[in-house]
Amino acid sequence: MTTASPAVVAASKLGLTFQTNDGPVQALADVDLTIGKGEFVSFIGPSGCGKTTLLRVIADLEKPTSGTIAVNGMTPEQAREARAYGYVFQAAALFPWRTIDANVALPLEIMGLPKAEQKERIRRTLELVNLAGFEKKYPWQLSGGMQQRASIARALAFDADLLLMDEPFGALDEIVRDHLNEQLLELWARTNKTICFVTHSIPEAVYLSTRIVVMSPRPGRVTDVIESTLPKERPLDIRETPEFLAIAARVRDGLRAGHSYED
Amino acid sequence: MNWLKPSWQTGLAILLVVAAVALGAMTTAETDALANPTTTIAYPYPGTKSLMFGLVALAAIISTLRLPALIEALVLFVGAHLAAWLLIHGIGGFEGTAKAPYFIILAAAWLLAWRCVAVLSSMRPASLWAARALRVLVPTIFGAWILILWEAITRGAGIPFILLPPPSAIGARLVNSLPVLAADVNQTIFKAVIVGYVLGCAAGFIVAVLADRFLFLRRGLMPIGNMVSALPIIGVAPIMVMWFGFDWQSKAAVVIIMTFFPMLVNTVAGLAASGHMERDLMRTYASNYWQTLWKLRLPAAAPFIFNALKINSTLALIGAIVAEFFGTPVVGMGFRISTEVGRMNIDMVWAEIAVAAFAGSVFYGVIALCERAATFWHPSVRGG
Repeated sequence: MTTASPAVVAASKLGLTFQTNDGPVQALADVDLTIGKGEFVSFIGPSGCGKTTLLRVIADLEKPTSGTIAVNGMTPEQAREARAYGYVFQAAALFPWRTIDANVALPLEIMGLPKAEQKERIRRTLELVNLAGFEKKYPWQLSGGMQQRASIARALAFDADLLLMDEPFGALDEIVRDHLNEQLLELWARTNKTICFVTHSIPEAVYLSTRIVVMSPRPGRVTDVIESTLPKERPLDIRETPEFLAIAARVRDGLRAGHSYED
Repeated sequence: MNWLKPSWQTGLAILLVVAAVALGAMTTAETDALANPTTTIAYPYPGTKSLMFGLVALAAIISTLRLPALIEALVLFVGAHLAAWLLIHGIGGFEGTAKAPYFIILAAAWLLAWRCVAVLSSMRPASLWAARALRVLVPTIFGAWILILWEAITRGAGIPFILLPPPSAIGARLVNSLPVLAADVNQTIFKAVIVGYVLGCAAGFIVAVLADRFLFLRRGLMPIGNMVSALPIIGVAPIMVMWFGFDWQSKAAVVIIMTFFPMLVNTVAGLAASGHMERDLMRTYASNYWQTLWKLRLPAAAPFIFNALKINSTLALIGAIVAEFFGTPVVGMGFRISTEVGRMNIDMVWAEIAVAAFAGSVFYGVIALCERAATFWHPSVRGG
């Protein structure tokens, strides 16, 4: 199933159990997954299905308790140390004491890039997310959508090949979300990055992804992996085509099958 | 009744004037003079009594009319303060002889000033400068009336000087002793307080960062720190004098001990204030401890650190002044207070207190300004 190039993420028999005061909670169980270079993979499922946990394991923000995982052929920790990925959180998490350009500069400063190159990259990435002209604004002077775009620019600024996005547009209204989805696809086509995208919206997952990983809770596990047959070029109205609706229906079925509302 | 705008303050003021007229003599001296019309007994307010009564009554009546707020405030201001000035000026030489009408007129004038402040507070000036002037004017009138009441009551009731001198005597003493006060400020504030404050705050900050960095320090030091901060720090002042001598160094040591723990505790709390998401973000950049500290956790801790700086600015002043009670060269604010109390020069003690209050306010104000500049981004500063 994977492309010829080496896997960006390769997980096998991955499991993670949190020790809580109410006893152990199995967040992930037996996850087998391979993500190739240039793929756009969405993780979809109800809350508590471990999709965010899986992303955090890839990012080395959580340690798995069983199984193996490799990111770019390294352990997640080595990959993190090598700054192999950019991470976009549910909230923008911009620093309020820094202007937008200084926020985008944050990872570049930490990585010790020369000032001139920092400037060039800030200009380029802010242009990429359509925020040119807002460099000297503070985050609290911008709208929520603009803040989230600034946080995407921050994740893009240091040019990691892998982009991990944890429900980045979850807190935004649908109009802004559509717009950002379109921009994200455009950006993905232009930069040829590998993107892992956590969402709980079926249309968003189908619209964006080359592959959709359907997950179910208690314990968090992969119940279905759906290859998208949609072309790479995707205008917004592709969402009304029968092809799109067929994939969406399959995702919905997958969610229903793995779901335990009936229990 | 469209042209009337009565308020309870002015209405009550008019009633008080009527009561004062009905009660007659303002002072016991006036009672004596009226009882013996043949002898000439000097008494206060021979000519100005009706002027005072008239001023208060007139200002109260005019302000009841529907006037522009500024004119109403001006009329009240002039009436209240002129009456108060006549009252305080006239009692000179007759301290302690005041009878009920004296205090009634004082209360009436105070009510006018109250109304004046109320009118000024409710004004919504269009220009920025007028708004700024108003922000200064209102508390100034407020503060002035604390002094006016203090002056009028201490002199009218003849309160013994040793218990509470009138503010005019304190002011005169202050002006006449400027060189002594300057030497005291130099000794206590510019040496003991500043040195102790800077060293104490810096030490508290550095230890907080170390405690954050090294788990054993946090586990071991913080509980002991909390215990030590509960000790009466002033109690160590005599020990510091024994260790570091009579001069300002021992006072600076007391200030260091007093300011150390508030800074330590606040900085440790502030370093824990940054959000999980922000810390995860720094982790994804493989940011090392010092980078995360410098770029995320210290800026996020700034509101806590400034809080400690503000608390410490007052603690430092208290510590240095009290520590001087336990031995000092013949200069310093605490030394002056303790010796002048012994010599019954209470006005000098009050002058020192006034200087200390002023210096403390300036100290606090400077830090508050720095805080506004440094934490401009915090919702409490930017307002929203």
